[in-house]
Amino acid sequence: MAKAMDEIKWQELEIGAVVTEPGNAAEYKTGSWRSERPVVQKEQCIKCGVCWLFCPDMCIIRAVEGHFTANLNYCKGCGICARECPVGCITMISEEG
Amino acid sequence: MDKYSVFSARLVEQTEYMASGHRACQGCAEVLALRLVLKALGRDTIVAMSTGCMEIISSPLPLTSWNIPWIHNAFENSSAVVSGCESGMKAMMRKGKLAPKKINFVAMGGDGATADIGMGPLSGALERGHDMIYVCYDNEAYMNTGIQRSSSTPYGASTTTSPAGKASIGQQTRKKNMPQIAVAHNVPYVATACPSFPFDLMEKVKRAAEIPGPAYLHILSVCPTGWRIPPDEAIRYGRLAVDTCMFPLYEVVDGKYRLTYRPNPVLPLKEYLSGQGRYRHLTEKDHEKIESMMKSDYEKIVKLSDEV
Repeated sequence: MAKAMDEIKWQELEIGAVVTEPGNAAEYKTGSWRSERPVVQKEQCIKCGVCWLFCPDMCIIRAVEGHFTANLNYCKGCGICARECPVGCITMISEEG
Repeated sequence: MDKYSVFSARLVEQTEYMASGHRACQGCAEVLALRLVLKALGRDTIVAMSTGCMEIISSPLPLTSWNIPWIHNAFENSSAVVSGCESGMKAMMRKGKLAPKKINFVAMGGDGATADIGMGPLSGALERGHDMIYVCYDNEAYMNTGIQRSSSTPYGASTTTSPAGKASIGQQTRKKNMPQIAVAHNVPYVATACPSFPFDLMEKVKRAAEIPGPAYLHILSVCPTGWRIPPDEAIRYGRLAVDTCMFPLYEVVDGKYRLTYRPNPVLPLKEYLSGQGRYRHLTEKDHEKIESMMKSDYEKIVKLSDEV
């Protein structure tokens, strides 16, 4: 786990501020930005993958049964998946209540 | 586009070269465009990126979203950095210090880095004929610093440095036509794309990588924050921009134009303009003026692509 920026001393930085671990931004969970979460109706899902293709946060994953669900650790709740779903099986539900 | 149905989404490359956990706004279509470009290019890619939205969201210092080699450089010189990478790797392969391999050298920048600040180095790199791809993510203003106008902002759009009011219509000049400037360099491949048409975009990126010599890609990336639209409409507005002919999708291979998507039916421009907060001050008369500008631009492209 990389330390937060304010915990790193300058001596610990790599020369040229090189980041040596690829893709370590995944440690930062953007799910807390969300105010609405996508909920997938499994029975209606036609497993086309359009939500996966259009997700800007790369948070849609394919479940074992074949339908697609959102990884709520990263989902920012933009609602693109719900808007673009060709059968309308994704609904956005408020995180409150 | 006809040969692709919406269901071929699952045939797309599954590997993600951009990791989750980046700091882009909700519904950012620019990072979606970036993700699709990287999917099309694959693993053997070196990216140099100018300062801009995509740079700040992907690399807050101890963290990086990139799963491929990536260099951050100043606002203007991503094309110069990639030229150096390409020439250096070519020399090392010639001297036998590196195993010969096909590597994609990609420079990326926003519309500010491309049309305003990095114009000179880009022109130089296209003229020198390096085997590289330049990808411009056009969100039509400097969104990263708070929606200041760039030379790529379209006529009539309200931004924080071209605010609409009693004496001003917003942006008073027309959008700089970057793809045409790239075509004027006689480069082998120039194309425009939009992430709302993902297969078209990936097809163009693959062709740009295959063709030896410089290639220029201009990608319209909807910015919900700067265009003042709800985040879930980002893909829809990209589609509207193309379907109203505001942003025609075309490619130019060795000077030959080809429209890759002809909207049928062409939607009224009002649908594209009326929903966006940056255009909400416009009157019917302004809409007509923008429509006549748009029509003359689009007809030029249609004429050029019908010639061949």
